[in-house]
Amino acid sequence: MFYREAGQFKTNYRADMAVFPISQDRIGIAIILIVAFGVIPFTASDFMLHAIMIPFLIFSLATIGLNILTGYTGLLSLGTGAFMGVGAYSCYKLATNFPEVHIIIWIVVSGFFSAAVGILFGLPSLRIKGFYLAVATLAAQFFLSWCFIRIPWLVNYNVSNAIEVQRRSLFGIPVTGPEAQPVTRYLIVLSIVVVMTWLASNLVRGRIGRMWMAVRDMDIAAELMGIRLLNTKLLAFAVSSFYCGVAGAMLVFLYYGSAEATAFSINQSFAILSMVIIGGLGSLVGSFMGAALIFTLPILLPQLMGSLGLPIQSATAEHITFMVVGALIVFFLIVEPHGLARLWQIAKQKLRVWPYPY
Amino acid sequence: MLCVKPYNMLCKIFVIPFWEMWDLPDIFVQTLWEGLVGGTLYSLIALGFVLVFKASGVFNFAQGIMVVFAALSLVGLHAIGVPAFLALALAAAIMFVLAVTVERVVLRPLVNQPDIILFMATFGLTYFLIGFGELIFGGDPKVMITKELYIPTGTYSIDFAGGRVELQKLDITAMVVASTMVGVLAIFFSKTRIGRALRAVADSHKAALSVGISLNQIWVIVWFAAGLVALVTGVMWGARSEVSFALEIIALKALPVLILGGFTSIPGAIVGGLIIGVGEKVGELYWGPLFGRGIESWLAFMIALIFLLFRPQGLFGEKIIERV
Repeated sequence: MFYREAGQFKTNYRADMAVFPISQDRIGIAIILIVAFGVIPFTASDFMLHAIMIPFLIFSLATIGLNILTGYTGLLSLGTGAFMGVGAYSCYKLATNFPEVHIIIWIVVSGFFSAAVGILFGLPSLRIKGFYLAVATLAAQFFLSWCFIRIPWLVNYNVSNAIEVQRRSLFGIPVTGPEAQPVTRYLIVLSIVVVMTWLASNLVRGRIGRMWMAVRDMDIAAELMGIRLLNTKLLAFAVSSFYCGVAGAMLVFLYYGSAEATAFSINQSFAILSMVIIGGLGSLVGSFMGAALIFTLPILLPQLMGSLGLPIQSATAEHITFMVVGALIVFFLIVEPHGLARLWQIAKQKLRVWPYPY
Repeated sequence: MLCVKPYNMLCKIFVIPFWEMWDLPDIFVQTLWEGLVGGTLYSLIALGFVLVFKASGVFNFAQGIMVVFAALSLVGLHAIGVPAFLALALAAAIMFVLAVTVERVVLRPLVNQPDIILFMATFGLTYFLIGFGELIFGGDPKVMITKELYIPTGTYSIDFAGGRVELQKLDITAMVVASTMVGVLAIFFSKTRIGRALRAVADSHKAALSVGISLNQIWVIVWFAAGLVALVTGVMWGARSEVSFALEIIALKALPVLILGGFTSIPGAIVGGLIIGVGEKVGELYWGPLFGRGIESWLAFMIALIFLLFRPQGLFGEKIIERV
């Protein structure tokens, strides 16, 4: 009844190809942004901001990164965790070697290092695809993990072998390090994520995005149409790794505060991949939904079980959480193999014709 | 000593290791043997992958956790007083129940979905089994019931080229069991009715259906076979070290084996496993110090990656011909 596009006429191509062609969508996204920027920072508790919102946004960005590679270009990668790690470690090196440049600039710049590494490990993608490529990217994962542990230069020869984030401030307000308030960190993460999501949405519906999707749908046909496969695939690897790298840098500098190599292990890669697939391959909205589901479930489930009054120990709760998450992954795949994004689309379609579906 | 200044690094990579191999052949043979044994176990895990991939096209990520789960069931059953061999049979029965459940709950509703969705489903299965296993058996490492299953322990020592090579009886058993199992599987695949049906399904689902082969039944059989392979792997690996969830990560090592051997080839899994096992151990011992140790963790993947560039379909895999 309210979600109706009748009467919204497009008079030019630009309007037809807009990110949100329906005005209700524009209003909706505006409300979400106003709530995210204006309401949540003032109302949410520190726990809510620190333990849920910040990591949720960061993982969403990493999921968008992997979605560009896997969902839009059709290249399966299991090296996301390592690419995030490259971002984090290069950001750390840059921030400690050139402390006069602002940390937020370095967070964004570290994405370029990650992109370079991504291109290097993306080279085999020209010859192989599918699960073979997935295993090839595992090589990146294990090799880079090994580098993070074995090369002490990366952590400035710290005895703890971990990245430790120092205090940096913006306009006199600390943004990283132990003194930084969750609210400031949340706002910075939110700004970066919003800008990069906006960039990604424009990238995937433009010429480059259409090239990626052509390669995904049928690479031989794409090649015949004059798309250079190597360039396109490597560009996808670069952009994807850039997003993952920025997400990794934010993860350490704005969320963990300090991190060891285990933070970027193979499990991280699998977690991000499950976010992509549960959320929906080739959908930016889905990336956020997948990250929300996979990340918040393990946090919320023990509390839910606690509130139901089930007297269980924390270890048992953890095991049950694992089981429930596993079962839910299977459940969602069976209900809708195209992910939460497709469920959302179906819901929107229902809303559009409601209350007279015929 | 052999190296001169400008070629120092090249010499350390290309000359010294081989000279060391020649100089101390007993250590080299010992390393080769250990590599072979480690490779056998990689082969066994890869075999589980190949069985499922051939028959159902599912990249079964859960094979690693199935190994852990099978071994845990065996040890857990024995711990509550079931005699060792009965526990073995019961563990096999548990793997059968698991196969039926997976087919009913996961595979059947997801039939005809893209590969990546099925892969993701086995990923969910992995999570579930990790939680389930830890809930029932606890997360702490356990000792495999080696003695009760009459698996010999101890070592043979062989004098060799002025040195001494030690062969663990356990490892010899592992290799014998592994080769027996591969032999049995090969006969099963080529000679029996079900084996022919399995190969038909592997060739084409639709054609197999049209001649009256029940896909659901075949999937149960193939997952059960993978479960049995997992049980044997779990027993052997558990006897060598211990039964713990860490095995699940080690099982990822079977993936480069698959690349080397090809996803659909049983001999490929065996040969690939041995190559990776030997390459890893030899590489770690002779080239590891150059890179600061621990290269075992990624060497296998690098070998596979380089190999892929030259032969994308693997050693024995079917050549992928794409038609437009």
